[in-house]
Amino acid sequence: MDQFTLNIIVVGATFALYFGIAIWARAGSTAEFYAAGQGVHPVLNGMATGADWMSAASFISMAGIISFGGYDTSAYLMGWTGGYVLLAMLLAPYLRKFGKFTVPEFIGDRFYSPTARLVAVVCLIVASVTYVIGQMTGVGVAFSRFLEVEVSTGLFIGAAVVFFYAVLGGMKGITYTQVAQYVVLITAYTIPAVFISLQLTGQFLPPIGLFSEHTASGMPLLAKLDQIVQELGFNAYTGHTDTTLNMFLFTMSLMIGTAGLPHVIVRFFTVPKVSDARSSAGWALVFIALLYTVAPALGAMGRLNITDTMWPEGTAGEALSLEAIQTEPDLAWMKNWELTGLLAFEDKNGDGKIQYYNDKSTNEAFNATVAEKGWAGNELTVNNDIMVLANPEIANLPSWVIALIAAGGLAAALSTAAGLLLAISSAISHDLIKGQLNPNISEKGELLAARISMSVAIVVATYLGLNPPGFAAQTVALAFGLAASSIFPALMMGIFSKRINNSGAVAGMLAVCW
Amino acid sequence: MADKSSSNAYWAANVRIILISLVIWFTCSFGFGILLRPMLSGISVGGTDLGFWFAQQGSILVFLVLIFFYAWKMGKIDAEHGVDE
Repeated sequence: MDQFTLNIIVVGATFALYFGIAIWARAGSTAEFYAAGQGVHPVLNGMATGADWMSAASFISMAGIISFGGYDTSAYLMGWTGGYVLLAMLLAPYLRKFGKFTVPEFIGDRFYSPTARLVAVVCLIVASVTYVIGQMTGVGVAFSRFLEVEVSTGLFIGAAVVFFYAVLGGMKGITYTQVAQYVVLITAYTIPAVFISLQLTGQFLPPIGLFSEHTASGMPLLAKLDQIVQELGFNAYTGHTDTTLNMFLFTMSLMIGTAGLPHVIVRFFTVPKVSDARSSAGWALVFIALLYTVAPALGAMGRLNITDTMWPEGTAGEALSLEAIQTEPDLAWMKNWELTGLLAFEDKNGDGKIQYYNDKSTNEAFNATVAEKGWAGNELTVNNDIMVLANPEIANLPSWVIALIAAGGLAAALSTAAGLLLAISSAISHDLIKGQLNPNISEKGELLAARISMSVAIVVATYLGLNPPGFAAQTVALAFGLAASSIFPALMMGIFSKRINNSGAVAGMLAVCW
Repeated sequence: MADKSSSNAYWAANVRIILISLVIWFTCSFGFGILLRPMLSGISVGGTDLGFWFAQQGSILVFLVLIFFYAWKMGKIDAEHGVDE
């Protein structure tokens, strides 16, 4: 069976599972649609939060970013996990205690102000819509890459799948599909990592392998990596290149942004008790940490693997020859991934070898050797995403593992998109329609309104995914900035300060949105 | 909640436990992982130093312990003040 058919079968099986769950977990009331009837077990909610939180970017790109950035990128690891401490202690239990369904509803009631609620709706929609654009594009890209369809076709398929379970099941359907999606994505992420860790260090657990001895060289893995990347003119992997202040502030903004994202906060409305909201934040971090402690190991090991592949005789010897890339079966992945444009090699100096090194090095001695050897610029460019996508092939893993990566990438993208769409649609149906326009709407009418809002939100998100506005490249960063500076402070002051009043909260949120 | 003084005491206990936790949270991530890394460079861990380990592994493990510790401790405080469900 070829790889493509296998991908279709594995991805198809996971979709069938999501549809099955959607039919089983239909929402019968607004409480179920907005908060899964507040009956989700804290461990399951933790798992769903993990899938909700970990996007296509976490799954596909993060290991690669760490791989090529080294220590400096630790800000992502600490920032995207440390926010859960803030969420668990400063927000989640109090919001759950309040017993409402949406973030704007809490703000409106706490400050006795419909205006505050309205402003919160605007902040929430701006932050979530910017975030969802990136996710929808991610869904399209994931589909196109794994199932060989156009990005736009991929986006339509993804939107149709989300439409089915989100409109039918609301929060209840989304929660239980997210649990399944978490299992798919974490399995897909960790299996290749375990194999690679075993190959390089003999350690079963990648986070232990990262700090163990590299079997082939007898040196500690990170020391070996530092040595070879420096020999090629790159910065030391474990070295601190960025400024301390920059790293500090970046970590801080990621942490606060994480704690203020409405689609994550609403997940804690779904557990039965206040104490469950606290422990559920812990479980969420357990499931997130499974991926976030493996990612740095995957990054460092992938970097070592790729460097070793390019320099089979060591950095002092000859580079990998073009002929080997064309003929060796072990290197077939390079040809395959070259087709996608994620990997490119070009023999600039015409010596039949591909020299991979840092041609922007500022080290005089290194540049002198480069000139002496007649290298004419770096000849290999690697996209960050290769570290996760091509890992199973680089490590020669069976083809079902590759198919699993496809299913995992799609699960990560779909689960996050669904969570965001729910936050948007409940703000519209619960806060705008029921809260402002028609307070006397019946339970049945509100449920219908919620389903219609969800459908509209999916259509709008699909449109924006197909035609991303100019700022789309920065969308996730912008969403984080908004969450960190508008939603988090308003909630925290509302909980911990007796003196803040509605004009203060409104002014604070408005100042950011404008 | 029983009465105003009990409710104040409950809130004070809650805030105290949060402050302690956040000091540890800050020290292990921003401290050991970033600001104090040069000071910890003498302690080597698997080919690099302790600061690197904290930045890429240790801080996450500490966050986990902190949240579960907070959840457990608050459960006890809830019971003492009779606000458990």
